[in-house]
Amino acid sequence: MDINEIIKPENKVYSRPKLMTEATMHYCPGCSHGVVHKLIAEVVEELELEDKTVGIAPVGCAVFAYNYVDVDWIEAAHGRAPAIATAVKRLRPDLMVFTYQGDGDLAAIGTCETIHAANRGENIAIIFINNGIYGMTGGQMAPTTLEGMKTSTTPYGRRTDLNGFPLKISNILAELDGTCYVTRQAVHTPACVRKTKNAIKKAFQNSMKGLGTSVVEVVSTCASGWKMSPVNANKWMEENMFAKYPLGDLKNTAE
Amino acid sequence: MKEEIVIAGFGGQGVLSMGKILAYAALMNGLEVTWMPAYGPEQRGGTANVTVILSDSPISSPVLDSYDIAVVLNQQSLDKFESHVKPGGVLIYDSYGIHRRPSRTDITVHEVNAMEATFAMGNSKTYNMVVLGALLGIKELVPMEAVVKGLKKTLPERHHHLIPLNEAAIERGMALVKG
Amino acid sequence: MKGNEAIAHAAIRYGADGYFGYPITPQSEVLETLEEEMPWETTGMVVLQAESEIAAINMVYGGASCGKAVLTSSSSPGVSLKQEGISYIAAGELPALIINVMRGGPGLGTIQPSQADYFQATKGGGHGDYRLITLAPSSVQEMADFVFLGFDLAFKYRTPAIILADGIVGQMMEKVVLPEQRPRRTNEEIARQCPWAVTGKPSFRGRNVVTTLELEPAAMEVINNRLQEKYRLIEENEVRFSTYDIEDADYLLVAFGSIARICQKAVEVARSQGVKLGILRPITLWPFPSAEIERISAHVKGILVVELNAGQMIEDVRMACHDSIPVYHYGRLGGIVPNPQEVLDAFFDRFPEANS
Repeated sequence: MDINEIIKPENKVYSRPKLMTEATMHYCPGCSHGVVHKLIAEVVEELELEDKTVGIAPVGCAVFAYNYVDVDWIEAAHGRAPAIATAVKRLRPDLMVFTYQGDGDLAAIGTCETIHAANRGENIAIIFINNGIYGMTGGQMAPTTLEGMKTSTTPYGRRTDLNGFPLKISNILAELDGTCYVTRQAVHTPACVRKTKNAIKKAFQNSMKGLGTSVVEVVSTCASGWKMSPVNANKWMEENMFAKYPLGDLKNTAE
Repeated sequence: MKEEIVIAGFGGQGVLSMGKILAYAALMNGLEVTWMPAYGPEQRGGTANVTVILSDSPISSPVLDSYDIAVVLNQQSLDKFESHVKPGGVLIYDSYGIHRRPSRTDITVHEVNAMEATFAMGNSKTYNMVVLGALLGIKELVPMEAVVKGLKKTLPERHHHLIPLNEAAIERGMALVKG
Repeated sequence: MKGNEAIAHAAIRYGADGYFGYPITPQSEVLETLEEEMPWETTGMVVLQAESEIAAINMVYGGASCGKAVLTSSSSPGVSLKQEGISYIAAGELPALIINVMRGGPGLGTIQPSQADYFQATKGGGHGDYRLITLAPSSVQEMADFVFLGFDLAFKYRTPAIILADGIVGQMMEKVVLPEQRPRRTNEEIARQCPWAVTGKPSFRGRNVVTTLELEPAAMEVINNRLQEKYRLIEENEVRFSTYDIEDADYLLVAFGSIARICQKAVEVARSQGVKLGILRPITLWPFPSAEIERISAHVKGILVVELNAGQMIEDVRMACHDSIPVYHYGRLGGIVPNPQEVLDAFFDRFPEANS
């Protein structure tokens, strides 16, 4: 059978989501960002929120998220996405507003904005990519870097006596009265991808229903920053990251 | 006309609000006004003062170094402002707690026992209105109707039932200087 | 009413969509007045006490990205914290209004009045090549009026404007006539007037992205040049100043904000003594009225610049008149406000020949 006989519309089982642009992604092989971007594009399309969605992009590897997901975006200063999202949602309550933030953005420089937006119960969704490292700037220690983990600024491994402890910020956010949904997911297996997609969908629906702040943490790999192959990075994540950042819902009062 | 006035005393004596009521009264009476407080921690005790300028033409500087009228309610304020009254101007002071009296002879000095009068009325919160009454008794800057309008504008709605009490205090102050 | 209160009322009257602030003396009355007025019940204006000045200016950045008329206010130390956000707003070519009711610095400094943030406002307090339209009110009336003017200019040029007030004009009370209430713009009007705004992507246009990042140097230079062209346009069209007694003046005072009124009184006193003094008050500190100062400098013998700082605007004055005549400075620091007589004393000290 000739391959051209196979490539026919009626045989198509999977395609690029409508809201993904054709731009070639700058992400490294094995990176989790691309998968999460795709899930966002799919959920916005499925919820028919294309003309109601505003994303707030972070500083970090996902700074160019606006090149890939075809919705309106605001590019934030480092850490300030939740403050920007606060104003957008307050001034346009009819919109679905989400931030897309890494661990450095959300849990280090933007801790103040994150906690206060969540504590006010802003009706926004926060997508939080936790890979335990600063990817874009070349692999420095993040607040979520595991104890003993080597980075360019902890070349002998993170020492808690010098660098403090890995920050479980989602647990803190779950404690706040303003959050309605806090969950921790991953995207390294098809089953996990499906669960994460459902979590993002819930978070976006919560924003539209005005139920409070939703947080979807995605425990992710950074194969380049971790200096591993994508396959080994997934394995290392399962063995080490999940021990510190176990998957599952931390809070769900939205239902 | 133009009257450049400083009102000074302890924080809590109602110096700023007295100035505010006077300013609003003049505003209601069609005059240009500025009200410039020395702001900050002074509001919480210590000395407070406010410059109020009333004029029938636009006012330039809200900050002054000499005044037509100085109303001083404690020793520090008397010491500070006596020398800044313009020759021929008016100095009004409350003798309560004063141990060094004003000495200038080129200005008109009025001693007003407003504190004692206020004690006699039994409500220390109206002290600044007794002082305002004395000031208006000495120099009719604005008519009484305008002062009542000023009170209404300055006091929150929930305190409007106190306006008659304040009016009585102003009249008491006027009586003090009419002898 | 107080200058700070006038700003709050004017913002409501303008039909502003949102105010985001954080308390700091001497401008807390702006937020307090707005919370008391509850404009969300009347015009629908959003008022929010943010967790910090940094959050507040980023809320302004977010609101402005949506094409909304949004503002924030603070005083010097708080405005320092806002500089990051202001740079982003300028880079994103967004309209926004910032108010600085200046107090003395550096550091925590003093809560008393100052004009020491002139450099910060007019020369770019944040990083990068950008400018702020800088309005300096000298009365409570102008505090109200410049809210309207600031917003109008900000939207006209898609660039942030700042009202650079001092503690005197913020705390002072005087008569003010508030402008008529304007309706807030509808989302449809915003979509029409601000086609760049982030509103959710309708089917008839591509996605709108507010970004300040461009890693390609050639493309970034194009963006920089576009900004500079806009700034030249503003310099050509938006210079504002007022003068008093300058036509026959032998000497000129230059002062901005409430200090200009103190100087005006000094001019009145000088004239009564037969000394021909005049005053120029820049209303826009950027763009600076350089051409007018150059013109006047041709027929006066000297200029005294009076400021509540150690000498900031004087640099622009000297550049404007190319040092063709003596330009001296009288500055008070630490929250001290000079009175008219002290200004006059300083003038005669710098220009003793004026007294003959």
